[in-house]
Amino acid sequence: MSDTRVKATDSPPPPGLVTPRPQLRKPRSRPYALTVRALGPFALLGLWWAASATGLLTPDVLASPAEVLRAVGELWGNGQLPDALTTSLTRSGLGLLIGLAAGLTLGITTGFTRLGDELLDSSLQTLRTIPFLSLVPLFMVWFGINETAKILLIAVATTFPMYVSASSGVRNTDPKLVEAMRSFGMSRLAIVREVVLPGALPSLLAGLRLSMTLSVIALIAAEDINATAGIGYLMSQAQSYARTDILAVCILVYGLLGLTADILVRLLERVLMPWRTPQGARR
Amino acid sequence: MTENAHQQAAVRVRGLRRVFGTRAVLDGLELDIARGEFVALLGASGSGKTTLLRILGALDGADGGEVLVPEARTIVFQEPRLVPSKRVLANVTVALPRGRREDGLRALAEVGLERHADTWPATLSGGEAQRVALARALVREPELLLLDEPFAALDALTRLKMQDLVDELCRRHRPAVLLVTHDVEEAVRLADRVAVLRDGKLVTDEKVTVARPRDPGDAAFAALRRRLLDDLGVPAASHPVRTPELDRVGVI
Repeated sequence: MSDTRVKATDSPPPPGLVTPRPQLRKPRSRPYALTVRALGPFALLGLWWAASATGLLTPDVLASPAEVLRAVGELWGNGQLPDALTTSLTRSGLGLLIGLAAGLTLGITTGFTRLGDELLDSSLQTLRTIPFLSLVPLFMVWFGINETAKILLIAVATTFPMYVSASSGVRNTDPKLVEAMRSFGMSRLAIVREVVLPGALPSLLAGLRLSMTLSVIALIAAEDINATAGIGYLMSQAQSYARTDILAVCILVYGLLGLTADILVRLLERVLMPWRTPQGARR
Repeated sequence: MTENAHQQAAVRVRGLRRVFGTRAVLDGLELDIARGEFVALLGASGSGKTTLLRILGALDGADGGEVLVPEARTIVFQEPRLVPSKRVLANVTVALPRGRREDGLRALAEVGLERHADTWPATLSGGEAQRVALARALVREPELLLLDEPFAALDALTRLKMQDLVDELCRRHRPAVLLVTHDVEEAVRLADRVAVLRDGKLVTDEKVTVARPRDPGDAAFAALRRRLLDDLGVPAASHPVRTPELDRVGVI
């Protein structure tokens, strides 16, 4: 077809010209990515094990991984750990659910309606800056030493991250899109449900992530005060007997809860937002 | 510029291959562009013309063949791609060393937007934003200017004005230009040479001999347009050759 040009192939390259060098992302195999991801936790575990084995870390400071593993077996065997987990997860789950619902409702209201923004935002921003730990004594006075106080504390703590994320996510909705949907006769409620919320999902999920982390932190604070069951109770008991192995188990459980929450949100991201390209923006 | 310098190559592509999955989008493509030459590349959508431009602009890799381009090259994309958090002038001088403010202002003046230097990109119209993108490309004094359907998103009137502006600026700065487009009229109006990309190769590659200023009513213009449409696989019936009278009616 263009054989007249083929002869030119042998001529030396013209001066001043270069071959373009694109910066491309190399495709990675899944096993490789998983290995890299697992590297950090395993390095930490190795460090801990090495420190215990060499005697750098004595059992009265922190038990060795093997002892901790044994403590897990013991606690699981006598049913203490499953019981504590069930109690704690119920508390943080209920609290989180209430907090998320409140944060989402308030966030959408202030983000989508001007009246809501003017009426609620400044007071919510004020309340947001109050450390929830300072509410512990007050809640004890109000609700007494029972489950309600604990669940409400977790609910209050998780409301605000969700509120901030939801309102900013809703506020970032493309006004042109809303205008277009309005012109097709879509009701305000339908716009929120079908356009605003799906558009705000990335920041809603970021809020969910923050709230989930905070629910665990609030759980510790709530269980630290006069609990008779749960992980926090297990911890305070272990503390009084100086059982560093059980303490380590409890800390690891908290860590694993956080990790599970993270995996859950990542999964939700994939399930709830199928329209997003799998690789996202190129880094 | 001397005639000799004109003949020097700005782009040399030999046996270029690019494969997506099992489909070879570019398959043994050959292309030469001389310094200061304006080449328009036509092709149906999906024919790989943007892929070729992205390879020349180092945004995409090749799977085989030789590609040579000048060091100084810039791209104008189909969308303006201005950074919304930078003012217009900052967008023009983006990623340049400090102290190029004057050059940026001069480039903005060339596209007629010097008064908009301190405004935000979001306040510009589509045509204005694309002119800023053009100024951003020209302020770098490119030896190769890559235009990726830069007028496709503009309305018809703005498009005509933009074409004239690009024509004038390219004549003044004389970069080698590769214009990727699917608009045959636009290609014939602007280019020194037109090429048609089909099945991974250039099936047409010829000099545009229509006298300037180029008028779509010119017989030579219409004949070349018809030939290019044939190469693109558009049958004659759906594209009657327009008469000058009809064109004038259309503009009014």
